[in-house]
Amino acid sequence: MKEILLRMVLGGSLVSAFAALGDIFKPKRFAGLFGAAPSVALATLALTADTQGKLYASIEARSMVGGAIAFFVYSSCVCGLLFRYKWPALLVTLLLIPVWIVTAFGIWLAFLR
Amino acid sequence: MKVKASLSALKQTKWYEYATRFLIGGAITVFAGLVAKKFGPTVGGLFLAFPAIFPASATLIEKHEKQRKERAGMHAGHRGQDAAALDAAGAAMGSIGLIAFAILVWFSLPRFPTWAVLAGSALAWLVVSVCVWIVCERI
Repeated sequence: MKEILLRMVLGGSLVSAFAALGDIFKPKRFAGLFGAAPSVALATLALTADTQGKLYASIEARSMVGGAIAFFVYSSCVCGLLFRYKWPALLVTLLLIPVWIVTAFGIWLAFLR
Repeated sequence: MKVKASLSALKQTKWYEYATRFLIGGAITVFAGLVAKKFGPTVGGLFLAFPAIFPASATLIEKHEKQRKERAGMHAGHRGQDAAALDAAGAAMGSIGLIAFAILVWFSLPRFPTWAVLAGSALAWLVVSVCVWIVCERI
């Protein structure tokens, strides 16, 4: 329970901090960089390395490469769809979550398993 | 294009919008930990780059851009969606930095102190992301 609470506070704080940085900067395309900040990764890897060991955390980082490639595919699709069809951002970003899932698990099946 | 920073932009975000980001960010960190415990680190690691906060951020950007245009007495049209699309383009560039971050942690964590690896890799994320942004701006 203590570990879950610690993850919640640390993860929430880092995500909020990077998101606030994204609010501060202009132009929008530069601010967008902070949308792909390693906030969840920093919180998780720090706690995992401490509790499970560095080797375990480095295996997580290896898989994170697949997740980050999937993030690139996902955000590129979101950008293309928003520019082309002008649909509401919430609809597009949620509708395309399966793109991240399929890409990430496809990479996992092919290279990381 | 010149990069500008304005702290007054923080006032545009409401307290519940900050709270939403905090809760979603915290929840995905907990979720990634639980997935790693249940299915092992190779599956759990994927979720370290899950776009959990992205839908909320894109929606906020869309909303704020519309409000800004309407306050200025202009018709917002599709400006909100265009702003969110630009943010997504930036996130795509940032995700290249995220790949660099993950590779660096993967190789250097077993050899060096955790704090040094995470700080150095976060700096590498920033440098790679900004370099990609500069290259894209010049194309």
